[in-house]
Amino acid sequence: MLLQLQDIEKRFGGVTALGHGNLSVAAGEVHLLLGENGAGKSTLMKIVAGIVERDAGRMLWNGQEVFLRQPSDAAAIGIAMVNQESLLAPHMTVAENIFLGRDERSRFGWVNRRRLTERARLLIEQYNFPLQAEWRVDRLSPAGRQMVEICRAIQHGSSLLIFDEPTSSLSDSETQQVFRIVRDLKARQMGIIYITHRMDELRAIGDRVTVLRDGRTVHTGALADIPTDQLIRHMVGREVAQIYEREHLEPGAPALEVRGLCVTKSKLRNITLTLRKGEITGMAGLIGAGRTELCRALFGIDAIDSGEVLIHGKSTKIRTPRDAVKAGLALVTEDRQVSGLALRLPIAANVTLANVERISRFGVLNLPEQNRLSSALGQKMRLKSASPAQLAGTLSGGNQQKVVIAKWLFREAAVFLFDEPTRGIDIGAKAEVFELMSELARAGAAILMVSSELTELLHVADRILVMRQGRISGELARGCSQEEIMKLAVMESAA
Amino acid sequence: MKIKAGLAQRLLPFLSLIVLFVALSIASPYFLTANNLTSVVRQTAVFNTMALGMTIVIISGGIDLSVGSVLGLSGLVGTMALEAGSPVILGVLVGVGVGATCGFLNGLLVTRLRIPPFVVTLGAMGIYRGVALIFSNGLPVHKIPPAFSFLGDGSLLGVPFVLWMLVICAVAVHIVLEHTRLGRYAFAIGSNRVASLYAGIPVDFHMTAVYAIGGALTGLAGMIEASRLMTGQPTAGQGYELQAIAAVVIGGGSLNGGEGSVVGTLIGAFIMGLLSNGADLLNISNSWQQVVIGSVIILAVTLDEVRKRRAV
Repeated sequence: MLLQLQDIEKRFGGVTALGHGNLSVAAGEVHLLLGENGAGKSTLMKIVAGIVERDAGRMLWNGQEVFLRQPSDAAAIGIAMVNQESLLAPHMTVAENIFLGRDERSRFGWVNRRRLTERARLLIEQYNFPLQAEWRVDRLSPAGRQMVEICRAIQHGSSLLIFDEPTSSLSDSETQQVFRIVRDLKARQMGIIYITHRMDELRAIGDRVTVLRDGRTVHTGALADIPTDQLIRHMVGREVAQIYEREHLEPGAPALEVRGLCVTKSKLRNITLTLRKGEITGMAGLIGAGRTELCRALFGIDAIDSGEVLIHGKSTKIRTPRDAVKAGLALVTEDRQVSGLALRLPIAANVTLANVERISRFGVLNLPEQNRLSSALGQKMRLKSASPAQLAGTLSGGNQQKVVIAKWLFREAAVFLFDEPTRGIDIGAKAEVFELMSELARAGAAILMVSSELTELLHVADRILVMRQGRISGELARGCSQEEIMKLAVMESAA
Repeated sequence: MKIKAGLAQRLLPFLSLIVLFVALSIASPYFLTANNLTSVVRQTAVFNTMALGMTIVIISGGIDLSVGSVLGLSGLVGTMALEAGSPVILGVLVGVGVGATCGFLNGLLVTRLRIPPFVVTLGAMGIYRGVALIFSNGLPVHKIPPAFSFLGDGSLLGVPFVLWMLVICAVAVHIVLEHTRLGRYAFAIGSNRVASLYAGIPVDFHMTAVYAIGGALTGLAGMIEASRLMTGQPTAGQGYELQAIAAVVIGGGSLNGGEGSVVGTLIGAFIMGLLSNGADLLNISNSWQQVVIGSVIILAVTLDEVRKRRAV
């Protein structure tokens, strides 16, 4: 075994992050590490990467017990981590980023740029990455950046690589590229620990799997021996059917109608669609197909060049997000930290943000009323928080997403645009987000759900629209297959 | 336990103020006299009033480097009105109005041109100073009715009048920040402008309003300064912007926006006031005062950052 972790324990203050963390990885193996947020995956990986020290338990590297005190200790024995969020310098070249902080220096601290580029070129060639050493990183796609991160991690000749959700922001074809690289690294006898929340990609990549729950290893074994349902049950401690459970509703009157919408800037062409009350309309498509751009245009962020938008049957001009909010639209953006939440403000301020009018008279806030309403909503949504005064930034991803949704519930919005509503949240929180969406639909809201996870769309949506290159390439009924969706997402339409 | 430790750190500026106060009482027999304390209050009133305005601006994610120039311009125009024979109250209102107008223009530029406030107000700093020099031909205004000195040097019920003014302004700004929609929007915009925009908040309107309020308070500070010196100086207020920003930052305000409080700012301004008063009493040279105040700013922000990093 390359790496063995035995009964690793870690406490932060009074909180036990890890009780019995067990994991072993062999050379030439892709080992999946699964678990909900807060299950202890990150802590365990930080211990392996030398970022935090363990309180108890043994860590064996090639059979020898090791104590890592800092990341450079881990790097020295050949352990490297590929970061989830890009920690690259955008204005520098691929080569400069790969060797950032480890520059080739001649005397007097000069950076030898030519030698740097040459070394990067060799590395890139060796692994067959579709990259050029001279490219600037800010011109790269998310997958390209991921590859630079991988180069950074392997340049030292590492023998164990940790991938923390490498595909969470990648399109399907980019995901395939990353898979190809991972398989290649595996063929070179590297050990790989692979963390993911995407249940649909497990089997494409993994050999063995370890599941953490509440800081302990609850399952470990070959991936082929265990069905996905059972893996999820290990992760959340309940049945998979309950996660996607949803009764069928007869859709009501149209709430949002879009006719011939075009946006030149974001290449949206001739979009026509109808969202009905009580219906969840799924929207599939590759990254860059224009799904986020459509949400932006509908919400008044990007200007519409032509076409008509009707809300509850009435033609409505939406020029700003303010118009959209007034018209009863809600946008749950794909990146809640950037555009959904005021992280440094309390939960209550975030919940009431889109409807401060409701808790104020003549511009004066009624704070007790704010806290009361916010707590009531939080309880209804099973928001895990200490108090309405807790800062939004201190919540977990799933709970942050609940606050974003609560904001629109507080506004009593009628049309919800969800852009990747489950990105970066664990499977338990996903189930709760779906439940909230179902409840909204039951209460008569019209919902557009943009998602790149086909499994989710297939389970949750009443029907699925597929976008391709700025157009809607087709519509599929509930019960369609992943292949049908992919066909519409990728190929030229028959017409 | 953890929460208590956090609280102690949040109280740190306040504790420092008390420690400073006690230390100065021991170090200098003159410190605790009514005369000296009154003069500290009067000296810090100008910075305090400006810093209150800066607090709102910084909370909303902005910054106003032009306040020093605005202070000079509003003091000048206000005293010019007095010189022209306007009643004292009207003259003060003219000064406040000039400040509000300058702030409003800053806000307009920041929101319409979409240029970072640092750059807009850096430019505005030069423009307003230049305008003050043009208006006055570089000469100070001297013919001011004696009654005007009451604003800066008068007392009401045995308490310096500026203290009354300061308390009223502080309470008002506190209420605006914590209990009104405007204040809530200022925090929200400062914490996340995009999210605020997407929540349907009229972001540009409120940002402009915030700069205008900041300008009005700076205008008032300009009139207090003019009253204390009984002259309208076109060059008044040079370098004051740094004092105002420092007070906000020492008091826990974040230059990233979304954080700050009236109480914090007042404590920050008083810490700086006491440092400079103490240095005077202990015969520490002006040069060393600057070194000390600069170090305190860095220290305060460092401690605050450490606290926040631990909290997350």
